[in-house]
Amino acid sequence: MYRIKEKIYKGIFSFLAFASLIFLVGITTTLFLEGLPVFKEVGFFDFIFGKSWYPTYEPPEFGILPLILGSLWVTFGAVLFCVPIGVGSALFINELASKRVKAVLKPIIEILAGIPSIVYGFFGMVIVAPFIQRLLGLPVGLTAFTGSLMLGIMATPTVCSISEDALSFVPRSFREASLAVGANRWQTLTKVIFPAAASGISTSIILGMSRAVGETMTVLMVTGGAAVIPHTFFQPVRPMTSTIAAEMGEAVMGGTHYNSLFAIGLILFLITLVFNVIAELISRRFRKKLGLGR
Amino acid sequence: MKKQLSQNMGFGFLFLCIGTALFFLGSIIYFIAIRGFRILSWDFITQVPREAMTAGGVAPAIVGTLYLTMGAIIVALPLGVACAIYLTEYSPKSFVVNIIRMSINNLAGVPSVVFGLFGLAIFVKLFGFGVSILAGCCTLGILVLPQIISASQEALLAVPQSYREASLALGATHWQTIRSTVLPAALPGILTGVILSIGRVAGETAPILFTAATFYTRGYPSSIFSEVMALPYHIYALMTEGTHPQEQTQIAYGCALILLALVLAISAAAIIIRQRHRKSYEQ
Repeated sequence: MYRIKEKIYKGIFSFLAFASLIFLVGITTTLFLEGLPVFKEVGFFDFIFGKSWYPTYEPPEFGILPLILGSLWVTFGAVLFCVPIGVGSALFINELASKRVKAVLKPIIEILAGIPSIVYGFFGMVIVAPFIQRLLGLPVGLTAFTGSLMLGIMATPTVCSISEDALSFVPRSFREASLAVGANRWQTLTKVIFPAAASGISTSIILGMSRAVGETMTVLMVTGGAAVIPHTFFQPVRPMTSTIAAEMGEAVMGGTHYNSLFAIGLILFLITLVFNVIAELISRRFRKKLGLGR
Repeated sequence: MKKQLSQNMGFGFLFLCIGTALFFLGSIIYFIAIRGFRILSWDFITQVPREAMTAGGVAPAIVGTLYLTMGAIIVALPLGVACAIYLTEYSPKSFVVNIIRMSINNLAGVPSVVFGLFGLAIFVKLFGFGVSILAGCCTLGILVLPQIISASQEALLAVPQSYREASLALGATHWQTIRSTVLPAALPGILTGVILSIGRVAGETAPILFTAATFYTRGYPSSIFSEVMALPYHIYALMTEGTHPQEQTQIAYGCALILLALVLAISAAAIIIRQRHRKSYEQ
């Protein structure tokens, strides 16, 4: 009697455990089914490398190169901002902060990581964009630069807390050995602890990038939304995510425009998938190297 | 000498980094708090919008956000806890388990707007829920599933092995051990995970853009098949639609403050509970 019951429970749990896999497969299938017609109608190369995105013109043009470049520029700018500041903050918390300061800073950083993206977008739109416009004398404040800045600020807590985790995994003996041979704290930090944690820190950078590429509301509100190939940081761009968010409402269900938005989603999904797999592989090697098991 | 100098410069740089990070994040909170407080009042929280979104309150948006958040947790919690139980209590180390682990990690990295597309194609269109609370809850539920799984897993792993052994030694079966010993001990940890994910769901906008949210409803939602107003979407809509940008911006400040206060309070509470709980294990 008990044995049957046990088996039933185990069966239920193992079935439910597959939910994530089912959803992931479901997402992939949906994106392929709804997105693939575009590759047939527009052509794979014309879609990916086409230089103009005019989905509502007659005849419509579906080239997403400007959107891909928009995403890349904004993400690149965000990384330039959030990596030094996030990793620097993590080093500060790990090395310089006293126990008490650390006990306050770590939860604060974690709480800040939870600020919703819409708040960053709103703040960027009403405060930062006008400020940048005045400061640099630009025609508009909603530019790739503004987007990069907001995304960078947004990703900083994530980069910081994952890097800090990686740093705290470095065994104490590393530090003690380095100090014992006469290195000072800065040398120990840059030549021993940082290299030991480097692969863990690079995971944080990749995850930060993945977050920046996939971020929607912030870029939708602050990058200005012009679907042109960007030449400088100080002009409006239209990243992939914001294109989907802004145009899905007006796209006719089942039409080419609708399908092309799903195809953009598919490309976005594949990009973040690659980022996540890389991050996963690196963090596995990092754990093995420091003998952390699992 | 040179060694000392480089150390001072290096530490100065680190100080600058954390200072910059805290300055930017602090100024976001400061500006929104200061300007949001101007418009905040009892009526703002409890009244429906009036005069084409330029007056009145945002109560339906607050209520809508609460519905969506609760619904998402109801969808994700049983699935997430069951999955975590399987992975920590039952799982044989096998190929299948590795695949489940990988899919959880990858699901966690999917951009939120892609969840929106999935929700639109599956829940709104295929299942015929329409743009509704139900579709929004399902989409948001899938979005937080990975977070709930990993929080529950962490909580289950933190339960000492001796608890399980003691229970099994008394003759309890595997399931009885899980139900009466492991789960109660892990409950506080699971709850903090849930509270943290509430904070995340409440602020998500992109997944509900095409699945649940609308700019204006006359009153409160009447069933799970009706469209809702939601705080994060309302901020976006106030800034991009409508005809009275100036008044709308003021209201958006109010919404942003309410949302920010809600999310920060929720996650701060969860983090404080977690720290207390961790300490109690250590003793």
